[in-house]
Amino acid sequence: MTQFKAFIKKEFYHIMRDRKTLLVLIGMPIVQIILFGFALTNEVKNTVLCVADLAKDDMSQALVAEVNASKYFDVKYTIDNVEEADRMLRSGKARMVLVIPKGISYDLRHGHVATLQLITDGTNPNMATTINTYLTSIVRDFRTHHFGKLELPMTIVTIPRMLYNPQLKGEYTFVPGVIAMVLMIICVLMTSVSIVKEKELGNMEMLLVSPTHPLVVILSKAVPYFILSLLLVTIILLMSRFVLHIPIRGNIFLLYGVSGLFIIAALALGLVISTFTNSQQVAMLISLMGMMLPTIMFGGFMFPIENMPLPMQVISNIVPAKWFYYAINDIMIKGLGIEAVLREILILAGFAILFIFISLRKFNLRLA
Amino acid sequence: MISVNQISKAYGAKKEIPALTSVDFEVSKGELFGLIGPDGSGKTTLFRILTTLILADSGTAAVAGFDVEKDMFKIRNIVGYMPGRFSLYQDLSVRENLEFYATIFNTTIEKNYHLIKDIYVQIEPFANRRAGALSGGMKQKLALCCALIHKPEVLFLDEPTTGVDVVSRKEFWEMLKRLKSEGITILVSTPYMDEAELCDRIALIDKGRILEVATPAALVNTMDSPVWAISTGKVYAAMQLLSSFEGIGEVYPFGESLHAVVDAGFKDTAGLKLRLQKAGIADAEVAIISPTIEDVFMHKMKQAPHA
Amino acid sequence: MMTHKFSIVTDKLTKRFGDFTAVDAISFKVEEGEIFGFLGANGAGKTTAMRMLTGLSLPSSGKAVVAGYDVGTDTEQVKKSIGYMSQKFSLYQDLTVGENIEFYGGIYGLHGRQLRGEADAMLMRLNLTDERRTLVNALPLGWKQKLAFSIAIIHKPKIVFLDEPTGGVDPVTRRQFWTMIYEAAESGLTIFVTTHYMDEAEYCNRIAIMVDARIEAMGQPAALKKQFDTHSMDDVFYRLARKAARTEM
Repeated sequence: MTQFKAFIKKEFYHIMRDRKTLLVLIGMPIVQIILFGFALTNEVKNTVLCVADLAKDDMSQALVAEVNASKYFDVKYTIDNVEEADRMLRSGKARMVLVIPKGISYDLRHGHVATLQLITDGTNPNMATTINTYLTSIVRDFRTHHFGKLELPMTIVTIPRMLYNPQLKGEYTFVPGVIAMVLMIICVLMTSVSIVKEKELGNMEMLLVSPTHPLVVILSKAVPYFILSLLLVTIILLMSRFVLHIPIRGNIFLLYGVSGLFIIAALALGLVISTFTNSQQVAMLISLMGMMLPTIMFGGFMFPIENMPLPMQVISNIVPAKWFYYAINDIMIKGLGIEAVLREILILAGFAILFIFISLRKFNLRLA
Repeated sequence: MISVNQISKAYGAKKEIPALTSVDFEVSKGELFGLIGPDGSGKTTLFRILTTLILADSGTAAVAGFDVEKDMFKIRNIVGYMPGRFSLYQDLSVRENLEFYATIFNTTIEKNYHLIKDIYVQIEPFANRRAGALSGGMKQKLALCCALIHKPEVLFLDEPTTGVDVVSRKEFWEMLKRLKSEGITILVSTPYMDEAELCDRIALIDKGRILEVATPAALVNTMDSPVWAISTGKVYAAMQLLSSFEGIGEVYPFGESLHAVVDAGFKDTAGLKLRLQKAGIADAEVAIISPTIEDVFMHKMKQAPHA
Repeated sequence: MMTHKFSIVTDKLTKRFGDFTAVDAISFKVEEGEIFGFLGANGAGKTTAMRMLTGLSLPSSGKAVVAGYDVGTDTEQVKKSIGYMSQKFSLYQDLTVGENIEFYGGIYGLHGRQLRGEADAMLMRLNLTDERRTLVNALPLGWKQKLAFSIAIIHKPKIVFLDEPTGGVDPVTRRQFWTMIYEAAESGLTIFVTTHYMDEAEYCNRIAIMVDARIEAMGQPAALKKQFDTHSMDDVFYRLARKAARTEM
């Protein structure tokens, strides 16, 4: 036990003395949170809107005013005939044209179905869907405001309702994503590189020829990075709660529990990599290209997996980060309990056991 | 204390690169045993086999009676090892390195301080300095302290003096002598032939084969051809000339003179001097000398069957 | 001063790093065709001195003229007139013998027929013609060193600097290497060599021993031994180096 402590102490010295790496490790999630939160948000603001107000009555003007008042839209152009809409979109002046037909006031007041036409620039389908939804929800609010809940059958119009994240805030989905990415980097990359470094510098030779069991050498590498990982999870959660004002809905202990499980799986993966190579460079390449890329591609937080072709969807199942992301999303954003993430927990535990098994099998008591 | 029987080891996917071929020798308790040979002769491979780091392809070896394959952990408990590649943590201080190694060997600096005292006092002024900022000689001393801290029964030192200057090398060998007097068995390897004389016994190794095992004194007696020293200012010309003479084998520069290995029957030093003078080497002096270990090594190397 | 007869002339050559003086006003001359040994303990300032002479580092004060060019002002000319090889100077292990020769020849401006002719002659001399397409990696260490030396002088420099060229090599190969050096010196090449092996110091025409940034002794090996009243060069070096205040920095 004293040996184990000595190892962990030494490991912390290594981490604390390599100031630059430590700074990058702590700085990276902070910068990512800020970047995603403020700059790279998926949310659409101030979309330029063109209105073809064919009705030109008090009701239509009130609607246009309401749309313009929202932070999502900026009514910059008005046209008088629908033919011009195409020109507005084609030239890129406007992203969306709202056509208000004649007689809209009459239709609404008399309980008829009123039809608005939305012509949207579909070159960026994601964005098109988003702004369509925004506008639709503004129109719905407008109607509710002026006429109360409509219960007449002929006026029922299905409008998609965004659950859990009614404003479609982009920040929500990336926070679990950043956590997954940071943990992959620290646990897989740092662990494998630091073990391989011992081999490369020849320290491993001396450690092996000591009474310490070689497993102690390896396990002691995992402890400091486990602690560092939990610290960074905490930093990210605090940042998202207090800087981005994203509430943590679910149980905090469950959140940490799942994170801990993922960290163990990732550390074990780092150990597996370290048993396969003797060079820091190779370890770094495998960790970055082999692990980080799939995490970003198939983690689910950058590119929605549902939109991928089937083979890619199948592949995504072997990426631990995907399951972690699902679980954290369920807990943190949806506020669900352990029953909802049981499947993810079991899968992550499976990964952890598998990686630990492989690394133990591959682990060498000797040099070669 | 150490016994090596018919150890062979080869590397490569098809074991096509031989590293050691049927190596045999014994080291007694308390002996300072030198393994002398150039880079790539198999010294490090042999050390790694004896310290249980790698397995031999065939043959057996035992350290303190423990088999290197079966009793791996027992051996690891009683040996000290200083690998050829520098093995201290550059970002830890001198003191931290030493404490770390003491702890993993289940001991403390205080417990065996008397063993490392002579060496440690020299590096103690730098106790708080990071190991990476030490000079080569200091690093070697610290590494030796770390390998010694648990009072091993057998000490393996793989080229401890390579790249270290003469002064540090001399000090290092003095330390080894003191450790030997503590009863520690030491197996040390070196590419420097002059260090061979400081060992109790030596094994000459080249291309994975042991050429000879003997005491330094006995070793020079195994030389079957006499060695003559020829001194002159015109080294290169004399060398060319001597190589063309009959009855003279190898000619090579050796320190301040040239050494020539001559046929056993060849006795006439004065005659050789005369021939050299006639050929224009006016200042030539010829003398019969007793061969050094380096002479022997070179001679044996040339005689050895090439793998 | 007749610089043309001397390959290297230094006058109070000094290098300071902040408060630390790595090389302290060293002055010496090396004649053309001479084998000059440069010795010193670790940290004595050997490497720094060599770096200044090869134009890799500018002197803080003092002067050095190498092959007729001032290292402080004509650095580019100096680099063109010298060859350099160190133990670490590596041929590219993953290139063939021929490719290495072509590459280094190219660096020194050889090309076309001239480069081919030079390469063929070198391979012939080294007995390596059959190994032209062999990866350097697969050559024995001794051959690598001979090849490295030949490549270091492929552009026919006036001086070649050898930085511990024989470390870790077996005694036979070491002798063969020195035979090459003698041969090159016979043809007028100046050899400036550092080594850890004291017996090798004796192969030099003259040696300089650096202690604590200064040259403490210089002369023919035999003369130095006489001066210190001893029979071994080892002893000379040991006595000088032991006085060093700062071998361990």
